[in-house]
Amino acid sequence: MAYFDAASAEPLHPSARDALLAALDDGWADPARLHREGRRAHLLLEQAREAIAAELGCRPDELSVTSSGTQAVHLAVLGTVQARQSAARGPGHLAASAVEHSSVLSAADWLARTTGTAVTITGVDGLGRADEAEFAVAVKRERTLLACLQSANHEVGTLQPVTGVAAACQAAGVPLLVDIAASAGWLPVPDGWSLLTASARKWGGPAGVGLLVVRKGTRWRQPFPADDREQRRVPGFPNVPEVLATAASLTATGRERGRDDAALRALVARIRAEVPRTVPDSVVHGDPDARLPHIVTFSCLYVDGETLVTELDRAGFSVSSGSACVADTRQPSHVLAAMGALTHGNVRVSLPRDVRAESVTEFLDVLPPIVAKVRETVRAASVSPPTEPPQEVTA
Amino acid sequence: MSRQQRSPQPAQPGQPGVRRSTLGRGAPPLPVIGQPVPPPTLTLDALGKKCPIPIIMLSERIGDIGVGQTIEVLADDPAAKTDLPAWCALKSQEFIRATALPAGWSFVVRRSY
Repeated sequence: MAYFDAASAEPLHPSARDALLAALDDGWADPARLHREGRRAHLLLEQAREAIAAELGCRPDELSVTSSGTQAVHLAVLGTVQARQSAARGPGHLAASAVEHSSVLSAADWLARTTGTAVTITGVDGLGRADEAEFAVAVKRERTLLACLQSANHEVGTLQPVTGVAAACQAAGVPLLVDIAASAGWLPVPDGWSLLTASARKWGGPAGVGLLVVRKGTRWRQPFPADDREQRRVPGFPNVPEVLATAASLTATGRERGRDDAALRALVARIRAEVPRTVPDSVVHGDPDARLPHIVTFSCLYVDGETLVTELDRAGFSVSSGSACVADTRQPSHVLAAMGALTHGNVRVSLPRDVRAESVTEFLDVLPPIVAKVRETVRAASVSPPTEPPQEVTA
Repeated sequence: MSRQQRSPQPAQPGQPGVRRSTLGRGAPPLPVIGQPVPPPTLTLDALGKKCPIPIIMLSERIGDIGVGQTIEVLADDPAAKTDLPAWCALKSQEFIRATALPAGWSFVVRRSY
């Protein structure tokens, strides 16, 4: 039995739990108030901000805490576009890769619908890597207000060419939002960003904490009704205990990265090598080398993702899937579709830091018979519809 | 057909100004529309069937046509649009074209071996 969905939510890091429990007693008051309890909460919040900023490589006053990674992305996209667009010159232009997190793409769609902002979605190769040349051309378009590129893909683990894209953005005078949600805590923060966004629960911090970083000199304006919290970027009273837990877990993962990284990569390499060997008609996605240490995604032909995830859960393995039947929207993963990859029978394994090698061995043992069983069931259901002549099934 | 030629498509309904290719760079290139293709030897009706059933039907019946002949799959599951070309790439079969129907798509595949 094992939990293999760290990329959705990594279990709370022990240091985050300790910090959270301590802060529940000390950091519950409103940090904006001048009384003793408020000052204590304020002090804790600012200590946490400094610790997080040190890990991310930004100034503390560049960092604001949001209530989720999605909220951070929405504020980053809308706030930058709002600050840089001009009423006199009409709507501007935004560029993003096709494999960004849905929060980036939905913010871009929203801007297109409500403000007429032109949106260019740039392509990726078969490994899920953004086309650097195409992206560089897109940001040169006149009145480009913002470019968005993730540090690494959250579904297939491929690292994105942030350095090259950042240089193109700098040359064009376009701010670059780097969504580090998939890599924060797992890999160092890449250089060249104007804005950063992240989500604490993806590295073992608490749920309900997102991070928004706006580099000094980047024009940004609050797109929503504002108050004086969080550098006037995020309205409402921050959850101080959870911010402390965020700081503790990010500091701890930064410290432990050297120890965990190689072990996780070895397990992922094993899954990448074994699945195509033991599961006929399967394909592993993403870059084999330039990748996140803990995520591996594959698809199995002739299997529906929902049944596969359910059967794996029954066998004790919690995984996620980009197949359409698993999504609320009933649409296949936009990442796999952009890659031209097979979307059905899809499984994303994302290993938590405390994964045991034996759990991966057990998973690799149960996977082939489960796929074979699901294939049999699906195949039986697909034959003999009443309107068609009987088909001869060839194995 | 190159990306540059495809990109000035009209915006998708409901998304003014958004230009998005239906398939990514990793997908096989879309063939030129209007190229003469003989009518398919066999048509499979997978309308109303969820992925992977259209792919299973294709894999089971492609052996019924001769090498070089074509098979048409009618399907309306959104995943079929990605998965039919992806299957062809994996199985080294030739994906000829996808045509939008009033509901769903018609996919044409040539048996290459």
